[in-house]
Amino acid sequence: MAEPMRIRATMAGDVADVKVLMNHTMETGLRKDSKTGQLIPAHYITDVTASVNGAKVLDAGMSGGISKNPYLGFKVKGPKAGDKVVVNWTDNKGDKNTAEATIG
Amino acid sequence: MNALRRNVLKSAAGAGTVAVAVAAGLLKPTMALAGAPRTAFEAKSVGDALKGMGATAAADSKDITIKAPDIAENGAVVPVEVTSSIAGTTAIAIISEKNATPLVADFDLSNGAQGFISTRIKMGQTSLVRAVVTAGGKTYTAAKEVKVTIGGCGG
Repeated sequence: MAEPMRIRATMAGDVADVKVLMNHTMETGLRKDSKTGQLIPAHYITDVTASVNGAKVLDAGMSGGISKNPYLGFKVKGPKAGDKVVVNWTDNKGDKNTAEATIG
Repeated sequence: MNALRRNVLKSAAGAGTVAVAVAAGLLKPTMALAGAPRTAFEAKSVGDALKGMGATAAADSKDITIKAPDIAENGAVVPVEVTSSIAGTTAIAIISEKNATPLVADFDLSNGAQGFISTRIKMGQTSLVRAVVTAGGKTYTAAKEVKVTIGGCGG
């Protein structure tokens, strides 16, 4: 099940610097289980969206090529301290997670 | 449908060109909407991935900076930072050329998001890490070689 996601958002000048750490195994579906020799089924985040005060700023597509427990950093011009950042992800099995943070 | 609406609103100037390109069959409607389609992620070669993204004509650009280690000891976690100083950057895609599925991720940027993405990727073996940037309806690209000591994709 989906574990919490961590977001840190700070203002640097007029640009908000947002860092997100998601908890996910990000299995590519190409790896084999060392004991059974069976392929481990793919299980990775496919979509990530982020919005600031309700306006979408980032819409990302991902593959299993993103490292386990994905880290994502991006910058947005315009927001002020106190504005809300919301991040959502969906994985290939339909699991979803959402988290929000206040820009500080 | 929201995505369509947003795209049209976002690029009032560019909308005409997109519509023409769609009409002319140069772009599939899905492509014009939101970045790379899922098929591009399943492509097994760089050429197919670029084709899937509609970025085969990407021009080399010095305005894209890729920050990644020269040598990555652990291919499972390679920090990559892409900065595009091209005005009007709307999308950044990251490709690890020799991975089983080269297209790692693509990021559509809007509403003030800057041309900057920082993330961590897996690399199967030493290869070029390529960034593809979309700005003003055109695509630009840059690449940086990362040597991988231990692969991070399956095995």
